[in-house]
Amino acid sequence: MIFLKLILTNLLRHRIRSLISIAGIAFSVAAMLTIVTILQGAVGMFSGILSSDSQIIVFERNVSDLFFSNVPASALAEISTWPMVQHADPVLFGVVTSSDHPIITCFGITASDARLRKATWIEGSRGNFAHEPNDVVLGQRAAEFLHAHLGSSVAIGNGTFHVAGIVKTANGFEDGGVFMPLAAAQSFFHKPGASSVITIKLTDKKFAEAFKQRVKASYPDLIALEDEEFTRSYSQFKILKATAWTVGGCGLILGGLGVANTMIMSVFTRIREIAILRVNGFSNAQIATMIFGESALVSVFGAIMGLLLGTALLFILKLIPALHGYVDVTIQPLVVLIVIVLSFLTGVAGALYPAIYAMRVRAVEALRFE
Amino acid sequence: MTPASNNTSKLPVVLRADEVWKSYDDGAINVLKGVDFEAVEGQTVALCGPSGCGKSTLLHLLGGLDEPDRGRISVNSVELNRHRSRIRLLRYEIGFVFQLHNLIPDLTLEENCLIPTVAAGINRSSALARLKDLTDRTGLSHRLNSRIQKLSGGERQRTALCRALMNHPRILLADEPTGSLDEHTSSTVFQLLLDIAATEGVTLVMATHDRALAARCDRLVEMHDGRIREPQHL
Repeated sequence: MIFLKLILTNLLRHRIRSLISIAGIAFSVAAMLTIVTILQGAVGMFSGILSSDSQIIVFERNVSDLFFSNVPASALAEISTWPMVQHADPVLFGVVTSSDHPIITCFGITASDARLRKATWIEGSRGNFAHEPNDVVLGQRAAEFLHAHLGSSVAIGNGTFHVAGIVKTANGFEDGGVFMPLAAAQSFFHKPGASSVITIKLTDKKFAEAFKQRVKASYPDLIALEDEEFTRSYSQFKILKATAWTVGGCGLILGGLGVANTMIMSVFTRIREIAILRVNGFSNAQIATMIFGESALVSVFGAIMGLLLGTALLFILKLIPALHGYVDVTIQPLVVLIVIVLSFLTGVAGALYPAIYAMRVRAVEALRFE
Repeated sequence: MTPASNNTSKLPVVLRADEVWKSYDDGAINVLKGVDFEAVEGQTVALCGPSGCGKSTLLHLLGGLDEPDRGRISVNSVELNRHRSRIRLLRYEIGFVFQLHNLIPDLTLEENCLIPTVAAGINRSSALARLKDLTDRTGLSHRLNSRIQKLSGGERQRTALCRALMNHPRILLADEPTGSLDEHTSSTVFQLLLDIAATEGVTLVMATHDRALAARCDRLVEMHDGRIREPQHL
């Protein structure tokens, strides 16, 4: 109890300094949580596009980005006939532009695609899709920023398209995207007969391994991965995640430097107090525990404040219309745990030098100058 | 030799310094120059001498707060040569009282006094019972929850005395314990120190400038220029 009070007393003795330190950790944690959650949400949404009513994705081996993948129509035709395949849906990804929006994701799909089947049709109906080559279906958000409605014309890239429907989907990328008939997309993106990926739903998930082996044997240039495998191994996702953790980690290091500064000042300004504790029998371990305890408290308070701040920030970002659907505020418990552990370790690391310094305080020298 | 010294001559030596040398600033300032000193169980010893003669340094060495350049320090017949024994020494065998009370200002009287028990891992109920006993005897029992800033100089020094005795040390080292008090308070606190030392049976070694107070001790040791000139038994 006294031990805890010694720790708390020192934090309360320099309230402003302690608060600045806590704020440093809090902003670092909030930044890390926000960045990691947004990017993981983005990764999750992109994965969701691929795994919509499917278990396996087939794409060109060794491509750095799925936008560069070419799966020939012949492969689609043959794979569709394999007995273990319930259905195979080609998707051609492309990026188009409009006057105000430099990047709009375009999905070249067939009418039977799960994305259209699962979507809520706000205007038009699935039966109207792909009746005309220049028909497009817009996600709700895309319709908003393109100021389009059913039957209107929209200028996308070098073409003008007729809006055959507007759908609402839970996925931010899809909701801000344009759905084109596959053939029209192949023509528009100059990829005749090709798709970027084929999404596969098997008759039974137990055939997954056999399916992958068969793709490998039949199409050496293609690769089949289960959804989870793809999410784990896709290089773009890896880069995004690594970037998120690195940027967040840098934030935490800055927060840790703040803690270190606070703890150094804390030790320097109470050398006499440490000397008194020494004279009264405190060991090095007890002195160090006190210093680490102080930094751990700063870190824990900072982490809690940071989590609250980060969560609030994510909710605010979600409310911004331009980001609607892109920000997934589902904070994963694992991310929270990692953030707390990292902030705790940062705080402890920040207290390392001050603790060593405190352990070296010689009572006789500190007390000599009375 | 006085009767008192005859009585103490058969008691065990609890503190001993053998040919102890100590210097500062890489040998530029020689503070102790071959000091031999010993104190027996239950004895009260006053170290007298001018400022800078080495009284405080000797106390620090005897209490394990510092190490001699040469010579040996023994407490209860155990030589202080290892860090671990120093921690044990400060926790259980020796209590310190300084000229300035050296209390932690943000803590209460009770919390300050419990610090040595926290260091030693003594359970709280035992510690509180001991604290009650000591504060009753020093007249501080009504001030337990007072912060140090609210205490008078005499109360602070009595608090420091209670803290020094919390873990039942057998030796009490006091460095000018009444040096910052007025004459009346000084005399009161000094007598309290002697009374408690007597009832607890601790060996008290005290540095002081005040010869009138020193005269109340069993023994007076005169120090000059880093040496013990001649021990006087009172």
